[in-house]
Amino acid sequence: MLVPLSWLKEYVDIDITPQELEKKLFSCGFEVEELTEVGKEISGVVVGLVEECEPIPDTHLHVCKVNAGPHGTFQICCGADNVKAGGKFPLALVGATVYMTAKDHKTVEGTMTIKKGKLRGYESEGMLCSGVELGVSENMFPGAGYNGLLALPEEAETGADVKPMLGLDDWIFDISITANRPDCQSILGIAREVAAALDKELKEPSLEYTETEEKKEGFTVTVDAPELCPRYIGHYVSDVKIGESPLWMKRRLALVGQDAISNIVDITNYVLLEMGQPMHAFDCDYLEGNAIRVRRAGEEERLVTLDAQEYTLNSSNLVICDGVKPVALAGVMGGLNSEIRDTTTEVLFESAKFMRDNIRKTSRALGKRTDASARYEKGVDEYTVVRAMKRALHLVEELGCGRISCTHVDVNTGNSIEPREMKVSVRKVNGVLGIDVPETEILRIMRNLQFNPSISGDELTLQVPAYREDMDSYPDVAEEVIRMYGYDHVIPAFLPEAKVTMGGLDQKQKKDLKLKRALCGAGAYECIHYSFISPADLDLLRLPEDAPERNAIRLLNPINEDLSLMRTTLAASMLNAIARNQKKGNLEGRLFEMANVFIPGELPLQDYPDERDTLCIGIFGERESFFTLKGLAEKAAETLFVEFSYEPVKKPFLHPYQSAAIFFEGKEIGYLGKAAYEVSESLDLRTDAYILEIDLKALSAEYDRAASFTPLSRFSGESRDLALVMDRSVTCGQVEDVMKKSCSHIGDIRLFDVYEGSQIPADKRSMAFTVDFVPGEEAFEPDAVDRFVKKILKNLKNQLDIDLRS
Amino acid sequence: MNDRLAGIRQEILNGIEQHAGSRAAAFELRKQFLDSKTGKIGQMMKEMKNIAPEERAGFGKNINELKEWAQQKFSELDEKLKAKELERRYESEKIDVTMPAQKVETGNLHPVTQIRNQLMDIFAGMGFEVAQTREIEKDYYNFEALNIPKDHPARDMQDTFYLSPEFLLATQTSAAQIHTMEKKKPPIKIVAAPGKVFRSDDDATHSPMFHQMEGLVVDEKITLCDLKGMLELFAKKIFGEETTTRLRPSYFPFTEPSVEVDVSCFSCGGRGCRLCKGTGWIELLGAGIVNKKVLENCGIDSEKYSGLAFGIGLDRAAMLKYGINNVKLLFESDLRVLRQIDDN
Repeated sequence: MLVPLSWLKEYVDIDITPQELEKKLFSCGFEVEELTEVGKEISGVVVGLVEECEPIPDTHLHVCKVNAGPHGTFQICCGADNVKAGGKFPLALVGATVYMTAKDHKTVEGTMTIKKGKLRGYESEGMLCSGVELGVSENMFPGAGYNGLLALPEEAETGADVKPMLGLDDWIFDISITANRPDCQSILGIAREVAAALDKELKEPSLEYTETEEKKEGFTVTVDAPELCPRYIGHYVSDVKIGESPLWMKRRLALVGQDAISNIVDITNYVLLEMGQPMHAFDCDYLEGNAIRVRRAGEEERLVTLDAQEYTLNSSNLVICDGVKPVALAGVMGGLNSEIRDTTTEVLFESAKFMRDNIRKTSRALGKRTDASARYEKGVDEYTVVRAMKRALHLVEELGCGRISCTHVDVNTGNSIEPREMKVSVRKVNGVLGIDVPETEILRIMRNLQFNPSISGDELTLQVPAYREDMDSYPDVAEEVIRMYGYDHVIPAFLPEAKVTMGGLDQKQKKDLKLKRALCGAGAYECIHYSFISPADLDLLRLPEDAPERNAIRLLNPINEDLSLMRTTLAASMLNAIARNQKKGNLEGRLFEMANVFIPGELPLQDYPDERDTLCIGIFGERESFFTLKGLAEKAAETLFVEFSYEPVKKPFLHPYQSAAIFFEGKEIGYLGKAAYEVSESLDLRTDAYILEIDLKALSAEYDRAASFTPLSRFSGESRDLALVMDRSVTCGQVEDVMKKSCSHIGDIRLFDVYEGSQIPADKRSMAFTVDFVPGEEAFEPDAVDRFVKKILKNLKNQLDIDLRS
Repeated sequence: MNDRLAGIRQEILNGIEQHAGSRAAAFELRKQFLDSKTGKIGQMMKEMKNIAPEERAGFGKNINELKEWAQQKFSELDEKLKAKELERRYESEKIDVTMPAQKVETGNLHPVTQIRNQLMDIFAGMGFEVAQTREIEKDYYNFEALNIPKDHPARDMQDTFYLSPEFLLATQTSAAQIHTMEKKKPPIKIVAAPGKVFRSDDDATHSPMFHQMEGLVVDEKITLCDLKGMLELFAKKIFGEETTTRLRPSYFPFTEPSVEVDVSCFSCGGRGCRLCKGTGWIELLGAGIVNKKVLENCGIDSEKYSGLAFGIGLDRAAMLKYGINNVKLLFESDLRVLRQIDDN
């Protein structure tokens, strides 16, 4: 929210610098996002009195003698058409800085420093300035909008700095207001806080006005939806004279970026800024039926708002109607049909409380956000509703732009705007803070914040102003006290009263970390990718329409289509990461990610989906192969104390003959393989990529497995090399499986040679294994290993038709 | 006969001199003289029977001397040749030691994981347990139970991704507070396992997904002093002993009072620099005393117990700690970035 220092000073005597005030505001909970000096770019400009002014022949220029009081008298060449002897204009002295304008004399193109110059042979020691060159608009100073020199009033003191008179000596605070303090969404609200923080008195703006006997006979206000509008005040003003607002009001509006429109409209805008209460003014000529009715809109009811937009409403929208038709979208914008015009002679002012939730909904549903709706969404209080109307009427009187009637209708639900009493325990307040704030300090702070406090024993009694709807119980009081007392009074302690707890990671968290570290040890880098992907990513994986991965949860309001589906697989993100790396010249590497995939029970979601933590590894480069990736799979298994087995598998995004399903205890829990060439091609991969996914949640029951020690056998083991000949369709895994099932003493089986060629039949393959036999409690009998081998060979022959190579 | 012995001796010397350039040749030469069956010295032994008995002892002694001498000579020769051969082998294996090394690559944990581990270590050491978070949450846990009713202006602080009217992507890990307090009774000391959270924000300084870590302590007599002490200790452990902490008022619906916790800028030590935008302070996390309503929503007696809670953005902490200048870099998996952050 923008707060001009000059405006703030109307309510509080501020005797510190803007920078000190910024710090004060910060420490009591109001962060100043930006502090701007209004006339920052302007310097060295004084009131110049033109004493002589002669045209330069054959040009539009004049050569002038300009008196700048104590600064001296200068010869200035000037091209403006309104320069004249006896006039007073802003004079930028040599060395001054002002805005530089384009040829149109309107568009600002940066700043410039004034130097001595020569025009048509005439020396010029400075420049007479326009409003644009000083950054002053018509609303800041009358005449500043003229495309020529800015004429200063006769009473301006020759040689004086022009900045104060033009309002250029001001500062604007852009303050962020937290959602719990809607009462601070106004200049006056901030002023209250500043006064409290500086120990100063708050000078309330005047709410005085005199009602005349003028009446609007028979006028009624009815609120049909008090749940959405607990208070509605209407006040009738006659004999309205639409005109310009005074300079002080226009200037204040201009400082916060609002254009002046007309006195009546400016008053509503001014009150919104000053007190935080949106106001509306209806032209009574256009109100039919001598009545106001606040009701829910009918289905398909239409309304054209001030900005000439037509909206189709429904019963969740609140409208203000006259006796016949809707005339405003409550709390958002007035209707075009009852807009204030130059011809307006009677006005109905509205000050109301509309419920923030409803305004928020309407504003969102219609995509229409206004200063009023933004303010209502944060919440207004009835105390201010009442005061704002008074303030508006006061301003009507002050500006002399209408007769205040005695037709004042206040429809309310009986909510009090008087302070409510609140009693809290001082001990509890201090209990939240952990320090003992002296009673005198508590009293001082709460008094400054207008809570009219008193303390009796442990009981602090407060009169909570009606605008402080956030004050609920002792923690709120604690917060008020400490933010004014100062957080630097809080003494760091470390849970001296708390019970000792064990703490630490659980088994799953430890295992996850162990697995990550093991993969790092194997040269892989951990990645984190977004949990949402694009439907195009599923296409990249060439998944058919009925693939389970297509059953993904959709975001209702994604940022864009690329981030619209919750991941059902980590593969696409990983392949994209590999592609990005290759594009940046990283042609080899190992990446992994451990993250959730999201498996919905049904769509749309009825219950929490299954968030399955999953491991994905992606490797690429000349040195990688299916088997280096398989090595990483085995590393993962070893780290978790489990064993995997593998079977060929076909996946649409994997090489049909270089991919395997991963099994754990008979259950398929993942896959690994080389990325299909179609995938590599669509990603423009320059080297082969290999990818793996393992459903870690399926292994989570095994996370309790821990390292254990098996005593070494006192007896030595034996090894045998077996060269076997088999059909080419037989896999290594099948052979190992049969061997393992044939003998319980097998410790390890290692494939050391594969041969296909002339020494064996054409359709056969030979694989040679070293098989380690490990004794148990007792030593092997002399022929035991031979018997094991015999049994293995018999089973291999029977089950897989495998022979020993001769 | 002794002359023949002297002849053999000379023959050996000549042989060594002339022929024995390699260990193989020297071995062949040795065989000519010292082979037990065919060697010339061995042959001389067979001559014994032709020698007069009284001279036999002397001759035998001479042969043995010759044999020992020859053995000595050949072993010296072998030593010499062996040394020469090794020398040649070494020379043949000469390499350019300035050529590049073979890479032994160890990966790194993601910067966010590295920070998360450091934080978890610190909090685990303080007696905190680690609770799990969900990425997909119910509106109730993410908002309502945390004192953020529907259409509350505080919802504007967090632009939410919805999956259905009831389900959404967690905008904060604070739901873990509610889940924990529903299950456990005080004393509670948890940090929620750093979770992914989501807000509909995607620009130069915001990522729609980021990571938070939530802490919660509920016990009797928990105060702002505990909050400050705990977070100060934590900040010192992460950013260094000289780090100081500052609390300033803020607002979160689920804490009252609420504070922002700033730490002194570790880049300039608080004097003011680009990192801290000249203020000397860096905004680190949000915290506060758990709102009574939140405790009550979880069935905890708010008169007896109080709590403190804090939430820290891990991505920001990682960026600050490692000087990563763009949040997007954290999610792009560029190896040139990942290789740099080695603080495992």
